[in-house]
Amino acid sequence: MNAAHTPLTTFPGKDTASGPGLVEEKALIMSGFGINSEMETQEVLLRAGMGSDIVHINDLIDGRTKLRHYRLMVFPGGFSYGDDTGAGNAFANRVRNNLWNDVKEFIEGDNLVLGICNGFQILANLGLVPAFDRGFARDIALMPNRKGVLECRFVTLKPAAANLWTKGIERICCPVAHGEGNFTCSPDTLCRLRKQEMIAFTYCREDLSPANGEYPYNPNGSVEDIAGIVSADGRVLGLMPHPERAMEFVNLYDWPLRKEQMIRDGMVVPDESLNMQLFRNIVDYFR
Amino acid sequence: MASCVHRIEVHYTKDPRLKTRTDRIRSLGFPVSELNLIDVYTITSGLHDFSAVDLNQIGLQLCNPVVQEFLSDQPTLINFDYAIEVGFLPGVTDNVGTTARQMIEDFFPGAEVAVYTSQLFCVSGKLSSGLLQNLASTLANPLVNRVHVKTRQEYGISGMDRVVPLVQLHELPVAGEVDLNIDDQELSRLGKEGIKDPLTHQRRGPLALDLAQLHAIRNYFVIQGRSPRDVELESLAQTWSEHCKHTIFASAMDEDVPDGLYKTYIQAATNKIRKEKGVKDICLTVFTDNSGAIIFDDHFLVTHKVETHNSPSALDPFGGALTGIVGVNRDTIGFGLGAKPCINVYGYCVGDPESDPALFRGRDKSNPILSPRRILDGVVHGVGVGGNCSGIPTPQGWVYFDNRYVGKPLVFAGTVGVMPRELAGRKLYEKQAEPGDLIVVAGGRVGKDGIHGATFSSEALDPGSPVTAVQIGDPITQKKLSDVIVKEARDLGLYRSITDNGAGGISCSVAEMAKECNGCRVSLEKVPLKYPGMAPWEIWISESQERMTLAVQPENLDAFMELMVRREVEAMVIGEFSDSGRCIVEFHGDVVMDIELAFLHDGLPKKHLASRYTKKIYPEPTSPCPDRLDATLLAVLRRRNICSKEFVSVQYDHTVQGGHVLGPFQGKGRVQAMATLTKVVPGSRKGVGLSQGMFPSYSEIDPYRMAAAGIDTAIRGLIGLGIPLDAIAILDNFCWCSSDDPERLGQLKRAAKGCYDVSTAFGTPFISGKDSMYNDFSGYDADNNPVKVSVPPTLLISSIGIHPDVVTSVSIDAKIEGDLVYLVGTTKEELGGSEYFAYLGCAGNIVPELDPGLVKAYYQRLTNTILHGLVASACPVTRGGLGVTLGMVAIAGQLGMDLFVPSAIRPDYFLFSESLGRFIVTVSSDNRLAFEQALGEDAVLIGKVTGSNLRINGTHLLLDVPVSELENAYKTPFKEY
Repeated sequence: MNAAHTPLTTFPGKDTASGPGLVEEKALIMSGFGINSEMETQEVLLRAGMGSDIVHINDLIDGRTKLRHYRLMVFPGGFSYGDDTGAGNAFANRVRNNLWNDVKEFIEGDNLVLGICNGFQILANLGLVPAFDRGFARDIALMPNRKGVLECRFVTLKPAAANLWTKGIERICCPVAHGEGNFTCSPDTLCRLRKQEMIAFTYCREDLSPANGEYPYNPNGSVEDIAGIVSADGRVLGLMPHPERAMEFVNLYDWPLRKEQMIRDGMVVPDESLNMQLFRNIVDYFR
Repeated sequence: MASCVHRIEVHYTKDPRLKTRTDRIRSLGFPVSELNLIDVYTITSGLHDFSAVDLNQIGLQLCNPVVQEFLSDQPTLINFDYAIEVGFLPGVTDNVGTTARQMIEDFFPGAEVAVYTSQLFCVSGKLSSGLLQNLASTLANPLVNRVHVKTRQEYGISGMDRVVPLVQLHELPVAGEVDLNIDDQELSRLGKEGIKDPLTHQRRGPLALDLAQLHAIRNYFVIQGRSPRDVELESLAQTWSEHCKHTIFASAMDEDVPDGLYKTYIQAATNKIRKEKGVKDICLTVFTDNSGAIIFDDHFLVTHKVETHNSPSALDPFGGALTGIVGVNRDTIGFGLGAKPCINVYGYCVGDPESDPALFRGRDKSNPILSPRRILDGVVHGVGVGGNCSGIPTPQGWVYFDNRYVGKPLVFAGTVGVMPRELAGRKLYEKQAEPGDLIVVAGGRVGKDGIHGATFSSEALDPGSPVTAVQIGDPITQKKLSDVIVKEARDLGLYRSITDNGAGGISCSVAEMAKECNGCRVSLEKVPLKYPGMAPWEIWISESQERMTLAVQPENLDAFMELMVRREVEAMVIGEFSDSGRCIVEFHGDVVMDIELAFLHDGLPKKHLASRYTKKIYPEPTSPCPDRLDATLLAVLRRRNICSKEFVSVQYDHTVQGGHVLGPFQGKGRVQAMATLTKVVPGSRKGVGLSQGMFPSYSEIDPYRMAAAGIDTAIRGLIGLGIPLDAIAILDNFCWCSSDDPERLGQLKRAAKGCYDVSTAFGTPFISGKDSMYNDFSGYDADNNPVKVSVPPTLLISSIGIHPDVVTSVSIDAKIEGDLVYLVGTTKEELGGSEYFAYLGCAGNIVPELDPGLVKAYYQRLTNTILHGLVASACPVTRGGLGVTLGMVAIAGQLGMDLFVPSAIRPDYFLFSESLGRFIVTVSSDNRLAFEQALGEDAVLIGKVTGSNLRINGTHLLLDVPVSELENAYKTPFKEY
């Protein structure tokens, strides 16, 4: 009988943090108005070693909670305002019209900002990426997918630049689930993104060769297969795919086959997925 | 008011969807060279008008300047031949408009604006006026949309007209008395067509009360010494509707079922199973609450509920399906003190999507039905938007095609929820409103949408079907409500009871909760309305969506209301629970309803139904077995009920919440599996398995075996994941037709008996169920001949089971070259109602028979081999039989198989028989002994995984097909969808 797998992580915090314990710095995970991935985002950060609070944007606007008490701000995935008037647009307006000074103060400090999927769309509409020269103009857009509908499928990503986010990552295997992830910008902007090494992750084939725009490896038609970029100062990452949804080995698309192969090769089936490295990198920044 | 009207048009400078959109319209037969789309916002402001600078600000907020441009108060001037503007009719939910309004009000605090959105399609191409008309009706649904068409010349430089679809009601908001002292003919008419409006003299729409019920109501009010008010009659009609009271399932039938089908066959089965299981009982709440609940582990429970939303989806597929899924989400939020929705499921029964039958609800080609393709596209989109916008994964579902669904599609929507069993000493799955608790309604506002929805689904669809039943869900309003309830208010203990507002609106939810404490008093004028002028009866029974009703203790009211304000969820106290024994409703101080709860809930006269069953004989096929079955297998794989419906699953986010383990696609070849596995509690090793079984093609031949097949298949899907039988519960959804016909009731009785026998034999309890008894279409063909189309009796069995350790589960795909292939279970010549016989053009008579005692024994042994790592893959053999299953296992693994099948049965019958209780299992040769020891004679070694072809030998070579060809056949039919 082959039962060569070790037990899964039981509960986050104590058993999972294989390395050092939780960092003191905390993350703020934005919620409200249709953001929906806050729970798994909190879970993945905790497993990587960082505690967080899920904060409704209205509690920030009311001043009940202060952004400056946090070192990482996350705009998680979701469907804020149902994608009405363009994905991320209405939530970005809410931030810009009510919280802009706090946000500016936050990004001027030694802090990080992460936006995943709808979060990336919000960052793009706010101009927090690419944020050339701290101008915060809307320079990039995540347009409707080329196929015109939301698509949920697993994709492979590879790092396209060496930075604090991509350290030690060879690949990311995780789902996309969006209707508007088709990255576009002007030729000038694209040139600057390339020159300043701001393209963080690109869609690729399983063997890590470029997707070259080919569906379904590049699921949405993004220019140059761009899946995520960082801000000019490197402290903000916007990413369309969802690594937080594939934090465990059993969340990967092909885990049943890989499990079978590993067992027969006498290998130990891991608990967590390779995607955890991205979140460890974030937490390591604060260590 | 609404003095100033502005119009902002937003368009892409280079639209990424242009090609897809144009191609799609061209594929529907319109010679269009380009179809551009412009988003239009019509903005009205109240007191102060917006300046040009203001409008520029608003435009910037509504568009993305990187890729879009906007124009305010001037038309977009691009090249086109026709402009078709599609907006909403007055009062129809306009979600984008709501978001735009909130953005504008956020930017201009204090501004009072209304925003109405529409889409302007700019068509390039030469179309005849007929084609143009067709195109307009393809882009719009007359039940929810308004359409304006202009030629390029008419459009000129002034563009489209500014239209404000404001709701204007001129009704008298009073509650009139209804005279029931009329003859039986008039009384019947009152039941069928509704109360005559004293102002318009039009009937208000069906009460769906029969004569006996109306007599009971008349007698009650005679004793009260007064006539009923319209509110009371409408309220009784809602509460007594088939939809709410399930009279068919509740009534005595024949001599042998005096307690009715539900108590005798469904509830009794669950009671028996729970008693026999004793301490191993997995049920926590069955049948009594909005969902059923079973134990997940020591700390958590999971709920499940599957609903149907058939009639609304026939009229407006998108709105109907969307409302269906967000509605069943509320059955989760309304379970106990509020469970968190964590998985959505779906199922659609529709007609042939390539057909466009000329059927009409009215005479003279009036009120045509929507084509199956439009219904399919609409319901697929509606359920997708509901789940995607709410952040609930939708991994599990199916689509089934049969032309008998052409007049009335079936739309199943279900939701699994999760919640802690206890919190701070409170059992979260129990609730109890107390006298003195305040009745609070939270969420969306009330409009005329959905009025007569409950009574309407109890009637067959005919020309008089009311259009106000159509409503469009608003997932974001519900998401805000769901979040504040499930993630905040529940755990703060701010309320004592909660239920959702579905059919019958607050008339049903408040009266239902009033049972917990025995009384209520409601003031209808306090209910927040979408627009003024609604009559009290409309407010009371409106089914406007996204609302929950709660019982809030007076001492918690301030805290509760403050939290709702902070989360921008509208909440209002509309009355108080009491112990008066009465349901009292007031409108501006006038008592418009005062009925004893006992009469409201239990006053409906008992029925005694008579059933009859005639066994029908169908033709058997006469064609001989082909020498080779290569072409046959490819043809069966291509059949709509077999092939991949990937286009549906891929639109549904099945990974949100981070619990994806085994999803809708499995293996390198992305084959759609019939069961999925999802983690719902972070950090737990356990997972929730979901599957289903439904065999409408067996119903007319043998409804008892049809039910057995449904249950076995639903359970077998979970067994194949490695879920133990004693951790599985099931749900029933009966969608019947013509339920006043004794023959249909005879089929129903046999199906219900099948449910009892099989569920008790397996020990899998029913935890929740729902029925929809009149899925018939009555209308006309193009020549005014009356046509009735009834759905085949359709029973959906859904299963839910708890996997003990998801890493031990297995997927369906063949994994490694050289693995052994086993067939588990016995194959008999059982092809009645099978896909193969349908392919041959006949029905046959021998529907697969189940021996639950026999299969149960090896199901448990198979589960054990999976949990112990002896199995590399397991795939249940279902619709299409062994041939199809072997094809799917090969396609999924992108690996060939070399197989030998025994020859006692005709080879084609062996390969396509749908005998129950079977699996295809692949096993590493290292595990051969252990596996064979465990399964004994129940597993037969039929070959191994090898090469790139599926090769099957019998007495001679039966087929030898490259897996790539199988894949092509399996994936091609819906490729362009």
